[in-house]
Amino acid sequence: MGVVLRAERLTKTFKLSKKQQNLEHTAETMRTAANNLSFDVGKGEVFGLLGPNGAGKTTTLRMLSTLIKPDSGDATVEGHSIVREPEQVRAAIGFLTSELRLEDFFTPDYLFGFFSQLRGIDAATTERRKRELFERFGISEFAGVKVGSLSTGMKQKASLVISIVHDPGIIIFDEPTNGLDVITARVVTDYLKELRDSGKTIILSTHIFSLVEKLCDRVGIIIEGRMTACDTLDAITRDASLEDRFFELFVEAGGEVA
Amino acid sequence: MRGGLSAIIKKELARFFTDPRSVITTILLPGLMIFALYSFMGEAMTGLYRVSDDYEAQVYVVNMPESLRPVLEGQGTEIQTAAPGDLAGLRDKITNKEVDLLVVFPEGFDQAVAARLSAKGGAAEDGVGLSVSPTGLAAPPNVEIYYNSTRTESSGAYEAASQLLQGYRDTLFTTYTVNAVPDPAVASPYDLASAQDQAGFIISSLLPMLIIIFLFSGCMAVAPESSAGEKERGTIATLLVTPLKRHELAIGKIISLSLIALLAAVSSFVGILLSLPRLIGGAPEGMADASIYGLNEYALLLAVILTTVLLFVGLISVLSAFARTVKEASTLVMPLMIAVMLVGVLGSFAGAQSNLLYYLIPAYNSAQCMAGIFSFTPNVAAIGITIAANLVLTAACVFALTRMFNSERIVFSR
Repeated sequence: MGVVLRAERLTKTFKLSKKQQNLEHTAETMRTAANNLSFDVGKGEVFGLLGPNGAGKTTTLRMLSTLIKPDSGDATVEGHSIVREPEQVRAAIGFLTSELRLEDFFTPDYLFGFFSQLRGIDAATTERRKRELFERFGISEFAGVKVGSLSTGMKQKASLVISIVHDPGIIIFDEPTNGLDVITARVVTDYLKELRDSGKTIILSTHIFSLVEKLCDRVGIIIEGRMTACDTLDAITRDASLEDRFFELFVEAGGEVA
Repeated sequence: MRGGLSAIIKKELARFFTDPRSVITTILLPGLMIFALYSFMGEAMTGLYRVSDDYEAQVYVVNMPESLRPVLEGQGTEIQTAAPGDLAGLRDKITNKEVDLLVVFPEGFDQAVAARLSAKGGAAEDGVGLSVSPTGLAAPPNVEIYYNSTRTESSGAYEAASQLLQGYRDTLFTTYTVNAVPDPAVASPYDLASAQDQAGFIISSLLPMLIIIFLFSGCMAVAPESSAGEKERGTIATLLVTPLKRHELAIGKIISLSLIALLAAVSSFVGILLSLPRLIGGAPEGMADASIYGLNEYALLLAVILTTVLLFVGLISVLSAFARTVKEASTLVMPLMIAVMLVGVLGSFAGAQSNLLYYLIPAYNSAQCMAGIFSFTPNVAAIGITIAANLVLTAACVFALTRMFNSERIVFSR
């Protein structure tokens, strides 16, 4: 199984604003969100980044999807550097987070066409994929309704569909089920399984243990920006449950469970 | 990827044109509003200075001299004579706008005039000339005309009376005349400017400033929404995770927004052209007829306007991209708007600048070029420099915007 994504010593530091300092009762002006993170993801693998809120998962995924640049370190996606060849990386991946919104004014139908055009997909392929994906997620009926008028669940499904218009080989998913209602969350989890079965590489971040247990082949545990453990799910859990194992690592790393 | 640029342009245009509300408020309303407002203003202003035809002015005369009686009474206004004792009362009535005019001749006006006439005649015969005031002569008799400048009817009567009296004086003392017009009803034949030039002059002193303002407001209506709005709603990140090149996004936005802003400006422009005849009452014949300008003028005008819009949209987009919300963007753009309007006004009022360096100043150059085009004296070198300067600055804006779309601090600022 070849490596399709390799992160090497990714580091990202943010300045904390006065407001954030007050909010978090801290005097530090810099926050290292990702600290020397290295990991590999093999083709067809589902890799989970597990960690508490603020551990640096989102920062890491944003770096991988080229939305932000690492301060140091690099990562390659299908051989393309995220620092030097961001466009090739963006062409190879599908990135989805709840932060990527769709314009309320347009319909899912229009946006599917628009994003397909941005990704240089021909009209016939666009039509075929649109039919398939809209059918699969039950969007067909709402294809002509403006995004602003859709229900939250439908908006999220439309967002998901539009992030994979180009049928990417690598899908990066930040908190896939965050903020979804139970039904949509189930639809998304099922679809991730389908994608895995069809040989796609999936990298997801989450703080939900069950999701990792259900989906992931390998898992990296991030605590305060550091990769505390990174191995196959079995190797990490051994005979304990993932949750227990996580808290052992968390305490070892100096974390406090209040 | 060419497809990226055209997709962005198409999306921005679709966003605008498939929303009837934005089309109406941005494109149709400005033109209609300007037409209605300026027509109304023109009508109101003309009405303000017009005296109704059947108005009877209330005119009182004290000590009416016999020599002037036929002239004054021949004006068709009934003149009432008053005694010197009524003066104070009549002046109060003028203040209170009950009476329009009070003309007070000094006693023995005719005799005093005759005395001065003969004295002057004698001096001239002595070869001393008229400029030397003969000594021993009483001061010239003074005619007092009381009126109320805040009442149009009163001002009108004052104008008529002083013209009449000065005319009478001129017929008595005239040694030569300048630009004499035998019949006041006939237009003066001495101004040789063509009607086209006169119209051009009026248009060129009015339109460039207005066009600059319309262009900027057109850009203001669409540009902040598109760059700060996308940031505010979080839709820009969705675009940025596609292989779309950042400069394609910047160029696509500037081109499509410029097209929309241009349409908004054209609407305002048409509105003002249609309302011009009513706005400028008493303008030369054929005035405000857009057809006094030929294809040549319109082509130059379009080139200047188009590059100006590109630059305005570029500048506003860059400023808006710094902002986190549309509201913040509008605040940021305010100083720019004030600067552009100030410079634009200076550019349309100043005489044509011959120093070509001035045409490097944005907005000023556009206003100057438009003033030149409208007055049929376009300076081709200046227009060339203006267009080049605008395009270079727009390119700088594209570059800056591209850098900003690449900057995580700007795209993700919270």
